[in-house]
Amino acid sequence: MTTAPVQAAPATVARTARTADRQPGARLVTRDLSACYGGFVAVRDVNLVIEPRAVTALIGPSGCGKSTVLRTLNRMHEVAPGAGVSGSVHLNGQDLYAPEVDPVNVRRTVGMVFQRPNPFPTMSVYENVVAGLRLGGTRRRRREHDDVVEEALRGAHLWHEVKDRLRRPGASLSGGQQQRLCIARAIAVRPAVLLMDEPCSALDPISTLAIEQLLASLRTDYTIVIVTHNMQQAARVSDTTAFFNVTEPGGPGRLVETGPTARMFTAPADPATADYLGGRFG
Amino acid sequence: MGTTPRLDPALATSPDEDASRQVLGPAERRGDQVFRAVSRGAAQLILLLLAAIALFLVWRAFPAFQANTASFLTTTAWFPDQDPPVFGIAALAFGTVLTAAVAMVLAVPVGYGIALFTVFYADRRVGAAAGFITDLLAAVPSIVFGLWGLAVLQPHLGGLGQWLNTYLGAIPLFRNDSGLYTKSILVAGIVLAIMVLPTVSALSREVFVRVPATHVEAALALGATRWEMVRASVLPFARPGMVSAAMLGLGRALGETIAVALVLSAAFDVSWQLSEPGGNTFAANIALKWNEAGPIGLSALIASGLVLFALTLAVNVTARAILARRARFSGGAA
Ligand SMILES: Nc1ncnc2c1ncn2[C@@H]1O[C@H](COP(=O)(O)OP(=O)(O)O)[C@@H](O)[C@H]1O
Ligand SMILES: [Mg+2]
Repeated sequence: MTTAPVQAAPATVARTARTADRQPGARLVTRDLSACYGGFVAVRDVNLVIEPRAVTALIGPSGCGKSTVLRTLNRMHEVAPGAGVSGSVHLNGQDLYAPEVDPVNVRRTVGMVFQRPNPFPTMSVYENVVAGLRLGGTRRRRREHDDVVEEALRGAHLWHEVKDRLRRPGASLSGGQQQRLCIARAIAVRPAVLLMDEPCSALDPISTLAIEQLLASLRTDYTIVIVTHNMQQAARVSDTTAFFNVTEPGGPGRLVETGPTARMFTAPADPATADYLGGRFG
Repeated sequence: MGTTPRLDPALATSPDEDASRQVLGPAERRGDQVFRAVSRGAAQLILLLLAAIALFLVWRAFPAFQANTASFLTTTAWFPDQDPPVFGIAALAFGTVLTAAVAMVLAVPVGYGIALFTVFYADRRVGAAAGFITDLLAAVPSIVFGLWGLAVLQPHLGGLGQWLNTYLGAIPLFRNDSGLYTKSILVAGIVLAIMVLPTVSALSREVFVRVPATHVEAALALGATRWEMVRASVLPFARPGMVSAAMLGLGRALGETIAVALVLSAAFDVSWQLSEPGGNTFAANIALKWNEAGPIGLSALIASGLVLFALTLAVNVTARAILARRARFSGGAA
């Protein structure tokens, strides 16, 4: 490992994470992004700009590649066997798929919350929140951890519910609490971007409401991308909406249209968007 | 499970229960009933068989216990056919446990390592090939391992023994006062390690592939490296299964006969010095002494077999119990 290339690069992914403290959020830009599983192209030629400190919703019928696109944004896509990506994703101008970029650093900068709450089952609430901080061999003081845990749990609107049982297993919480615990775990490492793949689809309406309110407050600090199959949810929480669709049967998903959420829902440019939002398919 | 679906209690207790059954269909299909009966029968048969084996061993061992003039558990000699008979299992138990321990110390980390590599590190095709090759080791007959240990491994271990004696000789395990490095517990332990390796790695691989993808992704998405992911998500989930894999390997190491009988020098002593000639195990002793044994000798060998049986049974039952407890646990919350 030489230090020269690091100094030459204007902003490394790892550095973005730290600068995120001062200037939160980051702009993501995809250019001709395609992703495949083995020989099957799941999405093709996605050109999408994701603005900082805003919520971008990815919507579209099931199987159109929303999750796939989301997972290309933090290089989780390549974890799937046979998965491949072409095109580029730039985070504040830096290509996440450049050869010298370590996907581990990308994932520390671009956090992710999954469809089903997945706290580490053997860890306590507290340990779950600091799990990301303990990675990468960074040693911190206990007090620092305590502060981060409280801040992250407050940020995830969970602090009051769990502050007296931080040592209980994370799996002992309710589904909605577990999902907010996962959000706390993700924001504890202070990412620039937060990706959420249908975070409410396994939750009851009250927990869903809690998470939607949480999104509204996280919006000021993070770039948020949320996949949802719930159009009302997209309308409620997002600033920008991107509509994906499969145009030919068995073919790849494509980005049909993107724009401010209010306009997308009132005056979509593409007839397919209108049909989907009007509930005529999907 | 197995409850008859019923519309309401009144119907269930009504005299014409058959009629309600016809409406609702039979409680259990014929195929399920047959399968349940067969599997329950098989389980009971196996228990019965185990009990019969234990009973047989006790019955045949009894004359030896009666005739023995020394303590069966603490004596380190084996003269059951002399008058008066003097024999005990102390040296056998010691040798059995020590060779198995050496085998475990070597095989368990390597077995876990191979399993982790094939599941989480290697390219899928390389991983499958590595797993397949390890499994092939299980197909090599014991006698071949024994011959290989004698002919190939042993001549190369003198150097290792000398090195251990020179640099780690302060530790009794590695000291060698005899200057001889053949037919040792070390050789037997290494041979056994290779023999139990496929057991450990195949069983732990099965546990690893069952780690839920959501746990793996949770760690990776936080920015964990592979090893951090293994520590955060895989090991906590897989630990009981890994313990069981090691225990089942241990069961095999304790009972292995012919390879050890070939390699060890069948001495009746208790010595911690791994690289010196000597050591003996239950199974090897039975194999070596059976043909020349008189009536009390046979009975004494069976008595030692009884102890080995109890030992391996305990190890296997413990391993299964750990697995079963885990199955109940993960069926719930996780
Ligand atoms: N791990 C995978 N292996 C193979 N094909 C996959 C995998 N994941 C998703 N796909 C396929 O890729 C397409 C897009 O899937 P996905 O991104 O999950 O869609 P969405 O999230 O919009 O429902 C679908 O046709 C799906 O079957
Ligand atoms: Mg999806």
